[in-house]
Amino acid sequence: MTLVLSEDQQLLKDSAKGFCQQNSPVSVLRRLRDSKDETGFDQDLWKQMIELGWAGMAVPEAYGGFDFGFGGLGVVLEETGRTLVSSPLISTVLIAATAIRELASDAQKQELLPKLVAGELLFALALDEQTTHSPHKISTMAKKTDRGYSISGAKTFVLDGHVADKLIVVARTSGERDDEKGISLFLLDADAEGVSITRTLMVDSRNSANMQFSQVRVSEDALLGELDNGFPGLDKVLDVARIGIAAEMLGSMQAVFESILAYLKQREQFGVLIGSFQGLQHRAAEMYSEIELCKSAVRAALSGLDDADKTQAEIAELASIAKAKLSEVFFLVSNEGIQMHGGVGMTDEFDVGFFIKRARVAQQFLGDAVFHRDRYATLNGF
Amino acid sequence: MQSLKDFQEDTRAWLEENCPQSMRTAMVQEEIVWGGRNAEFANPDSKLWLQRMAEKGWTCPTWPTEYGGGGLDKEQAIILSEELARINARSALSSFGISMLGPVLLEYGNQQQKMEHIPKIVRGEIRWCQGYSEPSSGSDLASLGTKAELQGDYYLINGSKVWTSYADKADWIFCLVRTDNEVPKHSGISFILFDMASEGISTKPIQLISGSSPFCETFFDDVKVPASNLVGRLNEGWTIAKRLLQHERTMISGFGLAAGQSDRGGTTSTVASLEGAAKHYRGDSAKLSDPVLRDQIARFKIDSEAFAFTSRRSVEESKQGQGPNATSSMLKNYGCELNKRRYELMLQAIGSQGLGWEGEGFSDEELQLTREWLRSKANSIEGGTSEVQLNVIAKRVLGLPDILSLAKK
Repeated sequence: MTLVLSEDQQLLKDSAKGFCQQNSPVSVLRRLRDSKDETGFDQDLWKQMIELGWAGMAVPEAYGGFDFGFGGLGVVLEETGRTLVSSPLISTVLIAATAIRELASDAQKQELLPKLVAGELLFALALDEQTTHSPHKISTMAKKTDRGYSISGAKTFVLDGHVADKLIVVARTSGERDDEKGISLFLLDADAEGVSITRTLMVDSRNSANMQFSQVRVSEDALLGELDNGFPGLDKVLDVARIGIAAEMLGSMQAVFESILAYLKQREQFGVLIGSFQGLQHRAAEMYSEIELCKSAVRAALSGLDDADKTQAEIAELASIAKAKLSEVFFLVSNEGIQMHGGVGMTDEFDVGFFIKRARVAQQFLGDAVFHRDRYATLNGF
Repeated sequence: MQSLKDFQEDTRAWLEENCPQSMRTAMVQEEIVWGGRNAEFANPDSKLWLQRMAEKGWTCPTWPTEYGGGGLDKEQAIILSEELARINARSALSSFGISMLGPVLLEYGNQQQKMEHIPKIVRGEIRWCQGYSEPSSGSDLASLGTKAELQGDYYLINGSKVWTSYADKADWIFCLVRTDNEVPKHSGISFILFDMASEGISTKPIQLISGSSPFCETFFDDVKVPASNLVGRLNEGWTIAKRLLQHERTMISGFGLAAGQSDRGGTTSTVASLEGAAKHYRGDSAKLSDPVLRDQIARFKIDSEAFAFTSRRSVEESKQGQGPNATSSMLKNYGCELNKRRYELMLQAIGSQGLGWEGEGFSDEELQLTREWLRSKANSIEGGTSEVQLNVIAKRVLGLPDILSLAKK
């Protein structure tokens, strides 16, 4: 395991950085928000990202991907985080491609992955039912029928739910609401009968939706992974997603911190640069230290994902370290982002507001710091 | 050239044969080996272990072989430390010569100075102490006033130092002295080495809140030091002083690393890990019953994991042969704050049994813990306070305007 980027990863990072700064600065998200864009992301930009091969980054070559590993996808996500790129990269590439890769049958992989890599299909993971992440508390039921299953229930906070072509639905096939056992995953078309989707406009201007499933009939082969034993596989997919989100958060917090530093070196009060005040210097130095720890936690987790020798338990621990730490520090940095810019930070015209809005959503997504500290403690037997 | 894999196998085999069994247990305070003319070996195996490691130069693995060092490159040194950790081997030698003086002497010393001092550091024959702080010069170290006046072929030194760790046990001192009073404070300091047995030196231990006296007041009264003992150029000692501080900070940041490591297991002691201590003293089995303590322990452990990754990343990022840089201030500050946090959490986990001072009713381990908790409070003062480290980060890493530029020189 190495904690520094390889030459290839560094090149990819530089090119992703150039691409995001040039083609998708924060002003793109602002435009999507202000124009109340129906899809919530820029289609042309997504096409360009597909052309760059970003959708196939962590997909094996056998299924049309480029096998560049999670280290590669991670540096791309970090750069999209810097400029708050709104795209299906997280829902479709980070989460769905991983779910299919980990859980699907070979036939499902052959059918879905090449289309995903080519940008022909968008996906959404319909998981959460509570307002806080609790992945095994599943009430949505999938009842066995003569020809398959009938799914009923409700989901919330479904990323890219209203633009997805395909849904991965986490449902209960047996057991009680809080059991890990008895959970199964199903793949269905978003336009299937009985599915109703309502877009929810969130504070971060990214895409999210609520969903209702009312006796949605699916065939036997809609099952993704094992019947009743879907949770371990789901948890693995969630860990990849948590690490990817942490990488994105790393990019975002660095952008905020750079903005703070620039402001400290430019704003004058009492006849001197405010960056000469020790009260602000020490807070900046502490943020710098925390961000350095975040970088290391993300690098360690990403290289863990690409290390075939790592066990699922080790990955789970790395994922919870990364998501807990990054959630905590992004909270800090986004708050300081407002405070240290003073009144300017409160204006909509200035970008830092977009980051604090994104921070809170990203913190909660797939488990906040408290969730992951609890999980870390459990994983370590206390 | 030998492949890394071969090196690893040879190293493992050598350690298997040469590391005494009692040296593969957790270190106890009384058995730490500091070396020096009056070296004490509470455990005879410690002496053997030091001799064997010193023969290979592995007390200082990356130092050049011509001065007795191990001559290992960065990758080999990492392997050696991994192999040592694998068998839970104790450090063969603890010394300020290794962690502080040696690296700057290799960088700034002349050939004669290196030949004279480095091999003795490697073998643990001379114990060094650090003459930096003075009663009126703490955080503002460069205001120091201990005077060195050239009188023919020797310097005459007068003044006093404070917080001199183990000055009463050390053989030699590396010392900052003022050699010019007429120039701005940073430009009149020199770096000099001398024998603590010289006439005119006296030391007085200072009793600390932990009850022990590792630090001393040190007085110099017309001490004669050969002019050839000056390291680097006259009045350019501040550069060397700062460089040495970077090494010192890296060493102290290791306390934080060690705190995390011991917390990751390795020994069977009840206070080896926070969660182990909490379970033992509170009678919890699988899950800690106090959710707040549990959350705080998890938070501490996550921070120390991320800190350990960061220390490792900084080693990987630094080019071979390049010493620590300004990030050593970040690591020092974070590492010692972590170490302090760990002791506070440990007391919280244990309760009243972790607050014994002496006598009956407490195990040795518990009594030692109380003292260590108090000792840890010095971590964010020694080697530059946490506040000074934050100043260094702000100025050197973040490029913020110098708050002291308007202060009187």
